Amino acid sequence: MLNVSLPPKPSNPAAGDNEQPCPAKLAVRNLNFFYGKFQAIKNINVEIRPNTVTAFIGPSGCGKSTLLRVFNRIYDMYPGQRAEGEVLLDGENILDPSSFPKLRAKVGMVFQKPTPFPMSIYENIAFGIRLYEKLNRSEMDDRVRHALIGAGLWHEVEGKLNQSALRLSGGQQQRLCIARALAIQPEILLLDEPCSALDPISTAKIEELMYRSKEDCTLIIVTHNMQQAARASEFTAFMLSGELIEVSETTQIFTNPSDKRTEDYITGRFG
Amino acid sequence: MNWVIVRRRMVDALSKLLMGLATVIGVFFLLWIMWTTLKFGLAGMHWDLFTKDTPPPGTDGFGLRNAFVGSLILLGLSLLIGVPVGLMAGTWLAEYGFHSRTANTVRFINDIMLSAPSIEIGLFAYAVMVGPMGHFSALAGSLALAILMIPIIVRTTDEMLSLVGNDVREAAIALGAPNSVVITKVTWRAARAGIITGVLIGLARITGETAPLLFTALNNQYFTTNIFSPMANIPMVIFQFALSPYTNWQQMAWAASFITVLFVLVLSILARWLAGRIHVQK
Repeated sequence: MLNVSLPPKPSNPAAGDNEQPCPAKLAVRNLNFFYGKFQAIKNINVEIRPNTVTAFIGPSGCGKSTLLRVFNRIYDMYPGQRAEGEVLLDGENILDPSSFPKLRAKVGMVFQKPTPFPMSIYENIAFGIRLYEKLNRSEMDDRVRHALIGAGLWHEVEGKLNQSALRLSGGQQQRLCIARALAIQPEILLLDEPCSALDPISTAKIEELMYRSKEDCTLIIVTHNMQQAARASEFTAFMLSGELIEVSETTQIFTNPSDKRTEDYITGRFG
Repeated sequence: MNWVIVRRRMVDALSKLLMGLATVIGVFFLLWIMWTTLKFGLAGMHWDLFTKDTPPPGTDGFGLRNAFVGSLILLGLSLLIGVPVGLMAGTWLAEYGFHSRTANTVRFINDIMLSAPSIEIGLFAYAVMVGPMGHFSALAGSLALAILMIPIIVRTTDEMLSLVGNDVREAAIALGAPNSVVITKVTWRAARAGIITGVLIGLARITGETAPLLFTALNNQYFTTNIFSPMANIPMVIFQFALSPYTNWQQMAWAASFITVLFVLVLSILARWLAGRIHVQK
């Protein structure tokens, strides 16, 4: 006598019954974040639209960098840090450990201090690509060249690709880091105060680069520099003490903020 | 002039004099040792030292080929045992242990091992290898030397990896690199100069060690590359030949110590040069 129970037919996740359209690339729902007992993010809800630049501004310690670090789950590497709530990437919760085994291929990150690896310029770019793809030498050469052209760095480093990346200037190093992150073709790029250590010319180059990258990618930038937010972003979110005070179109927030605290911050009355 | 100022000046002059004197005494003995080694060593230098094996007692001639080759094998084997163990342990401390209780206990024990008397390490190798195997062997000697070297490598690896900024680690993880890749491709690379310096210092430390070889590798009158048999080596040659009644053997002992000093000097210079590059990389 056989008693065979067939496994349930896998249902199409897109055909779920409580499915609702989610136009946002990234949707944050009721997010709380804790460093041990300290709560750094308090019940944040925000939606990020695809192929835009969204800036997060706010005084030091307001939780904007922490929020960014939730989006690629890099806080995972530190015990004692935890997030509660939902962060939906194309409708799927990234905080669910099983949802995106290769989350960081989809969500790239650039840090405040340029972080070139102690290897050649070429190897810096190839490092990330090698994690996901097996390419032969000429394919890899193409990809590296493409990434450097994309970052506007090609004509500066052409012919010295085998030199140590540590010998580049700060601005070049930062553009290399962006090129490295973009080389694995992420859907979202997180930038954590990418220009705070750079001179105005390097900053302008990076803002241009952000503008161009929008076509393939959604960018989220944390910045202390309000002019930068005004110049480079379409949407701006203002955070204060772990709370999201206001988010709207950048022109709106800088000309006619709806919250008094936003206005105070932008006009420099505190912060 | 105020007597307070006079007293200060006198104290100042006196302490400078004492410090100068101490320096002179220290350097004087160092130079004396170097000079003696150089004088007798050069006198004992002979091409045959490198091409011929030790002549039988009481006969003329020179030859230390067996001991040079033996020492190189011993050092090579020690590196083979010591570097992987030291590197792994140091990496664990810096990348996984951090300042946990376990890690700090390991660091404490490692610091004790750093200053462990080498003769005890030799005795240990004798007890765990020579005893059970029933005979002296180069392998037991290498084990003893490796145990002496490991704490140095652990310490430098741990310290050098801790100097690597967390931002570089985060950047690699943000690209999706697993821990194994982050460590082997990024942080080891960033700390490379420091780690190699540690290995060189460790090597310099064990080059002249005699006590651990006394009851492990022992010595051998003949040329051998069999690591399971007793093996000739430079420190034991110096020890035995210097005390021998034969003039040519005594000369060989001087020559051997001269070459050892030279070898350690080269290692130290290399280590210093590499250590200088650590800052360049930052």
